[in-house]
Amino acid sequence: MEKTIITVVGKDVTGIIAKSSTYLYEHNINILDIAQTIVQGIFNMMMVVDTSAMDLSFDELVLGLDELARKIGVDVRCQREEIFNMMHRI
Amino acid sequence: MINISEVFETTNMIEHENLDVRTVTMGISLFDCISTDVDETCRRIADKIRRCASGLAPTAEHIASEFGIPIINKRISVTPISLVGASCCKSASDYVKICKTLDSVAAEVGVNFLGGFSAIVSKGMTESDRLLIESIPEALASTDIVCASVNVGSTKNGINMDAVKLMGETVKKAAELTADRQCIACAKLVVLCNAPDDNPFMAGAFLGVTQPDAVINVGVSGPGVVLSSLRKCRGESFQVLCDTIKKTAFKITRVGQMVAQEAASRLGVPFGIIDLSLAPTPAIGDSVADIIEAMGIEKCGAPGTTAALALLNDQVKKGGVMASSYVGGLSGAFIPVSEDAGMISAAQCGALSIEKLEAMTCVCSVGLDMIAISGSTTAATISGIIADEAAIGMVNQKTTAVRIIPVVGKDVGDSIELGGLLGTAPIMNVNPYGCEEFISRGGSIPAPIHSFKN
Repeated sequence: MEKTIITVVGKDVTGIIAKSSTYLYEHNINILDIAQTIVQGIFNMMMVVDTSAMDLSFDELVLGLDELARKIGVDVRCQREEIFNMMHRI
Repeated sequence: MINISEVFETTNMIEHENLDVRTVTMGISLFDCISTDVDETCRRIADKIRRCASGLAPTAEHIASEFGIPIINKRISVTPISLVGASCCKSASDYVKICKTLDSVAAEVGVNFLGGFSAIVSKGMTESDRLLIESIPEALASTDIVCASVNVGSTKNGINMDAVKLMGETVKKAAELTADRQCIACAKLVVLCNAPDDNPFMAGAFLGVTQPDAVINVGVSGPGVVLSSLRKCRGESFQVLCDTIKKTAFKITRVGQMVAQEAASRLGVPFGIIDLSLAPTPAIGDSVADIIEAMGIEKCGAPGTTAALALLNDQVKKGGVMASSYVGGLSGAFIPVSEDAGMISAAQCGALSIEKLEAMTCVCSVGLDMIAISGSTTAATISGIIADEAAIGMVNQKTTAVRIIPVVGKDVGDSIELGGLLGTAPIMNVNPYGCEEFISRGGSIPAPIHSFKN
């Protein structure tokens, strides 16, 4: 399993989860976990996904999510899980 | 599993606090490029660098994209060229030829800088060292991304005062040859004492003779991250302050460690060290001076600054060493004046002087770095500044360095715009009294008594 963390930050509008999960489904990316909070009116979402079977390269995924982010009007990042484990786990 | 607050802490550091990996530097040994003909040596050097480093920049870009962490610089450090060119360079212009080869092959493989146009002369100079030093002004003036360094002293060997004298003249000449380009050659030239073999940072990077054929060294960054965590503990005791810096340094260094391991394994090159330096940039909020001010000093340079910097430097190391398997290089806080928005502002308002910066270099990782002074400063005075810094390094068994820019045609009150990461440098005041007679004595200062440890 190759875990990637996708984060979405922006103004809360309808369809953020629907649109991003549709995109992930289309590219065979399995969602393992979703968490979200709203801090001072700003929507923060984190998705843990499995990218081992995706039909894209990582760079294509980054570009694809960038384009999706522009359409929805939020910021989306995707990063391999290791950076978070390295930083927050001894 | 990782939780949402940890994830957003990391992304916030990257997006809002300038967290990045400052440099992935590949050290490449050029010993196997030595020949008796300068053109043949150049050809071998270009082949070797192409062979080892062509994958460096694209690999670093991929890692940056996958982990979402910017990698600002991709660099190369090589064996000191005075060793590589010793058997083929019969004149300074032969060394200039090697420097041009390094410049073009470094640009070809897509790195930002290449360091190692260097000589190590702490005890004495060979003919080859002397020719390389003679070639430095022209070599740096006629190239763009090669950096030169000369190590003039060490705790074990003392200070080579003949080399110190020569370097004062060399710095002046380098400034004059690039007077039409903000004296940029001086920003690519550093004079060191106790230079480390594995430094990934410019301008002092070279691959020492103790190192393997190729190696990956990584320099982390993160003053902005430390600054923002310190702002959250205003009014707290030193214990809280120190713990906060340590925890933050740990996190920053872990990112560097991860990038270093990935880069080393993807490039098939051994991982060398992580350099724990807090390297500032001219970006607002990414400043070591701002950290000192966040600790409660009104303006960087005010009384208390040296103590604050000492504390910062020590806690960064204590947090960082646990985060990485191998730590080396310079490892400490950098205080380059032109590259740090807070330092620039402190120098402009008169809070920060060269003398105070000299005191600060006793407790941090490098020395008088990226300081612009009047072009009318004599070579002997520049040598005096170099000798003072080298003495601090020699006696305190630490690395010190001088990267100073005597800006032709400018005086105190003016400033120069170096652009990019090199920033803006206000011309700083230099003590007007001379040291000509001291510098002209000839010979060397012996090693200090505490170097005899055997």
